[in-house]
Amino acid sequence: MTEMTKIVKTIANILFPFTVIFGLYVIAHGHLTPGGGFQGGAVVASGCALLLVAYGSHWVMKHIKEKRLAAFESMGAIGFITVALLGIVFSTVFFGNFLTGSGLLFGTTPETGSTLADFNTGGVLPLMNFAVGIKVIAGLFVIILVMAYASSTKEWG
Amino acid sequence: MIEYIPFIAVVCMIFIGLYAAMFRRNLIKIVIGITIIESGVNLFLIILGYREGGIAPIYTSLPPGTTYPDQMVLPVPQALTLTSIVIGVAVLALMLSLVMHIYKKYGTLDVQKIRRLKE
Amino acid sequence: MEQRTIAATLAFTIVAVFFLFSIFFLHPFGQPEQVQMDTYIIENTQNETGTNNGVTSVVFDYRGFDTLGEATILFSAVAGVIMIFRRVKE
Repeated sequence: MTEMTKIVKTIANILFPFTVIFGLYVIAHGHLTPGGGFQGGAVVASGCALLLVAYGSHWVMKHIKEKRLAAFESMGAIGFITVALLGIVFSTVFFGNFLTGSGLLFGTTPETGSTLADFNTGGVLPLMNFAVGIKVIAGLFVIILVMAYASSTKEWG
Repeated sequence: MIEYIPFIAVVCMIFIGLYAAMFRRNLIKIVIGITIIESGVNLFLIILGYREGGIAPIYTSLPPGTTYPDQMVLPVPQALTLTSIVIGVAVLALMLSLVMHIYKKYGTLDVQKIRRLKE
Repeated sequence: MEQRTIAATLAFTIVAVFFLFSIFFLHPFGQPEQVQMDTYIIENTQNETGTNNGVTSVVFDYRGFDTLGEATILFSAVAGVIMIFRRVKE
């Protein structure tokens, strides 16, 4: 894919930070409003696809190799498994929620019924939301980048 | 009869996808047919968990005067549909990669010309 | 070619008739029947998990094992796509 004109590049430069901020907002408030890890990851990946269309796949592949993105995705998977295995150490069940009720990091319990949004609640769920969000962002971006680069060169495989 | 209309829409969607996957010759059209079947099945899972006059099962700032377990929609089918959508994305990515590889090797996308193994 | 098209059309119409006749045995749209598990989940979400969102607590806490399987599927899809488009250097 070759690059586009200067007008398209300017508009993509303006729109990309807003999309990333909105996607990170949807990931971070997954335990209070509708959203979560998978949905926010899809929003950020669509912002990255806008950048790929505007600048051409050769330029993006020269600056971001796919080995670094694959390592980024593996970090998200290792984080998810670590949080799940810590449940065995502290609370004797796999995937146990060991942070609700105590006063450590995300520990307060909301009152029953309709409440206002309190970010400090949630237990171990916001950590798992971040891990799955990083995994989905890196995974979808790698798939789009590899397929766009391979369809524009003459010899591969 | 009027309360079965969403189920009839799901059946029509599965049939359009099945027709495109069985009776067409271009490989891209077969892939699109499989994706339409996938969307129809996801719609069916969401339809099963609806309650009449329902509200989303979220406790942050509910509209005033709602009784909670009676008027909320069931949350378990929505969680299973999330997993099914991600599985559909993974299968679509692998199918399109294999179609690109076949086009590179054979030069055509017609199903009835790609029948013997080439050396 | 003629025989194969006739057989495919016959199979298609038989499956269509079976699907259309089995719709009317389901429950009507808007009145689900077995709701004991979902009533327990909606009533005890704020005590046991500590969140306000019912769907996220089902995805990550009550049924977290399915999310582990889904993460594995995403990882294997990315590994398969990278492996197909591998560049062999001389």
